[in-house]
Amino acid sequence: MTSPLVTTVLLRIGPIPITTPVVVTWAIMAALLLFSITATRRLSLTPGRFQATLELVVESIDSQIRDTMRAAPAPYRALIGTLFIYTLLANWSSLVPGVEPPTAHLETDAAMAIIVFFAAMYFGIRARGMAGYLKTFVQPSFIMLPLNIAEAFTRTFSMTVRLFGNVMSGVFIIGVVLSLAGLFVPIPLMALDILTGAIQAYIFTVLSMVFIASAVDENLHPPLKERSPA
Amino acid sequence: MNWIGIVSIIAAAVAVSFGAVGPALAEGRAVAAAMDAIARQPESANTLSRTLFVGLAMIETMAIYCLVVALLVLFANPFVH
Repeated sequence: MTSPLVTTVLLRIGPIPITTPVVVTWAIMAALLLFSITATRRLSLTPGRFQATLELVVESIDSQIRDTMRAAPAPYRALIGTLFIYTLLANWSSLVPGVEPPTAHLETDAAMAIIVFFAAMYFGIRARGMAGYLKTFVQPSFIMLPLNIAEAFTRTFSMTVRLFGNVMSGVFIIGVVLSLAGLFVPIPLMALDILTGAIQAYIFTVLSMVFIASAVDENLHPPLKERSPA
Repeated sequence: MNWIGIVSIIAAAVAVSFGAVGPALAEGRAVAAAMDAIARQPESANTLSRTLFVGLAMIETMAIYCLVVALLVLFANPFVH
């Protein structure tokens, strides 16, 4: 059985080895880009059925951002929406025969978590200025400084490992079951994988929203603050 | 089969089995509490379920850490060359 921790090199461009997850990611990126360009080429004020569906997707992403971050969704829509749609497609790409989801490898998840890490930094500095952002590390008191710094790194690591562990274990279990039993036995597990993939994509997006929001807004910390009852 | 291999396999099994117990109990309690809250206040089900998902993800991370340790022991064991 091949280790889930190693990646296979598919081809080489000059001295750079290109691994399978990278190629799958490129394919997903190309598909998303093509779809977006063709879908948004003819937008009208009176949407047809197709455009209404697209608007529904964007609206629901917007409302999730509004609910979770308690902020206007416009600055975050591109990042959060892309993260969600890409993670979802990457998790579901195992349904295509012969394709292994890129999120089942540690490197892809680490890359996305690092994007979130720097995005939180960027939005935090943009919202409060450099001094204000650095001041969040010494809250509530100066003693918390090492813990706060450690937290910034450990939550990036835990996001990586969470997505990797969940998606990879799904792929791994299907592989094990397929090697034990016949053709149709893994199908219920694959159905479970669809659910897990969707939930993990959602959780990854919600967690990145929570982290970015906690860098932006000092009143909001990872255990989501409840809206005051109206 | 050398000793390191045998010990690694046992260690991986122990890591996953015992590492799954705590998060399983914790997730059960969390879901039960959330169900209770939703039954009391069905109108806040949206906020509750979103918070529940985030919390479950946090709890689940512990089990995933154990899984990753088991995988490291099995596939990337530093003592096996």
